[in-house]
Amino acid sequence: MSDRAVPWGFGALAVVAVALLVVPLLGLLARTPWSRLVDLAGDPALQAALRLSLGTSLAALALSTVLGVPLAWVLARRRLPGRALLRALCVLPMVLPPVVGGAALLFAFGRRGVVGGPLATATGITLPFTTAGVVLAQTFVAMPFLVVTVEAALRALDPGYEDAAAALGASRATILRTITLPLITPSLAAGMALCWARALGEFGATITFAGNLPGRTQTMPLAVYLLLESDPDAAVALSLVLLAVSIVVLVSLRGRALGGRAP
Amino acid sequence: MRAILRTTTAAVLALALTACGTSGAEAPAASGGPAEAPSGGSAPTSEPSGEVVVFAAASLTDALEAIAADLEAATPGLDVVFSFAGSQQLAAQIAEGAPADVFASADETQMDVVADAGLVAGEPRTFARNSLAIAVEPGNPLGIRGLADLARADVTLVLADEDVPAGRYAAAALEAAGVTVAPASLEVDVRAVLSKVALGEADAGIVYRSDIVAAGGDVDEVAIPPDDNVVASYPIALVDGSPNPAGGALFLAAVASDAGREVLAEHGFTAP
Repeated sequence: MSDRAVPWGFGALAVVAVALLVVPLLGLLARTPWSRLVDLAGDPALQAALRLSLGTSLAALALSTVLGVPLAWVLARRRLPGRALLRALCVLPMVLPPVVGGAALLFAFGRRGVVGGPLATATGITLPFTTAGVVLAQTFVAMPFLVVTVEAALRALDPGYEDAAAALGASRATILRTITLPLITPSLAAGMALCWARALGEFGATITFAGNLPGRTQTMPLAVYLLLESDPDAAVALSLVLLAVSIVVLVSLRGRALGGRAP
Repeated sequence: MRAILRTTTAAVLALALTACGTSGAEAPAASGGPAEAPSGGSAPTSEPSGEVVVFAAASLTDALEAIAADLEAATPGLDVVFSFAGSQQLAAQIAEGAPADVFASADETQMDVVADAGLVAGEPRTFARNSLAIAVEPGNPLGIRGLADLARADVTLVLADEDVPAGRYAAAALEAAGVTVAPASLEVDVRAVLSKVALGEADAGIVYRSDIVAAGGDVDEVAIPPDDNVVASYPIALVDGSPNPAGGALFLAAVASDAGREVLAEHGFTAP
């Protein structure tokens, strides 16, 4: 695409927009205690938050993939009554304020919740204040990102390939394994990256539903929030880790899911 | 067509610039108005008015809101706006330049954070005291009778984080009683502890007595004996560089007044 003329004034407004988006990140870097960074990396409390965040976000990603891909499939391929409504409900957590999501999770899966109550009575298992609760909160907010990405890919897929394979006698499983999955792999990867990044950054639903306990439910964003008041240096160090992860995810997507460049 | 587009863009831009200009002109006016109040305006004729921004400890929520409502009713044009959170969070925000007029902290430590940043105008004054209590579910189904029971394995206990004044006080009380506990969560302010108990997610939490009053019937109180209990002092001060010092001073006076003390007492606080 050639470099076209930009409407008058857009250049200046774009500069303001860039400043708005980039200056806060520069502020973070300016506050970074580079000399203390090595010490902080060895801090057991920070390592605990880091380990917990990695473990829970990967678990949320696995759960989102196992459940989200079939959901995307159904939304893309099955003519269900009220499919539009179903899709809207399933992606609602993407736009719902996370704290509201956390409160909703409490009312559903809390000890007094409509599901959590009977669950606690029957099995003695309660989810709030547990690591499993963190995974549930992260999955709730992150899975929709994977679902919408994979659903879009399935819709864009030319059904001719699958039809041809079926006509040649391939079983459903063979078609899935050899045709459909390979074709949607780039989008699946993009959806998984977005989903993981969202799970890793989850704050509001986690603190509302799972609480805050170091080593059990205190993930990196929660640790950053609390450390900002007691040890800002450590908060900045953890923030840098999250920033670096975000950049890696963005680079690995290479604009695929974000529409910057055709794959 | 292109000319029209260009004209439109220019008009939109001009509008945007005007808007910027207006808000830019408004900002100094807003901060200038009250700023001239002390100079030309310690003149008693000028009634304090405008917006008073009060940063206050979460435990003060109901009491200060009631005092502010009375003050607003008595002073037309005055609008008290609150930011309630953990004192440690508010102190950090003020130290980073948040535009507060008044800071009411749940302990002296966090007031010192603001004072050390050179942002307290005058001397902080203690305006209320509070003590701790154990919040349990209505009817106390687990039969919790004191701090020692909080160590029981069947009790899901929630505390405030030790960065929060209420969390530090709770830790001091538990230490005084010689009790070691394993909390399920360390919440970011004391009202979050209260709500976890009120929602039934936690069996018990250590909160202020005033919080139990605020919760109405949602939780029951189990007293902590005076020997183990901690007295929390609430200092209040005008923030240095406050955008509305006259309004801030008026709020301070309302809190210290007899009527203000009565409201605080109704909400479970004791006199300083």
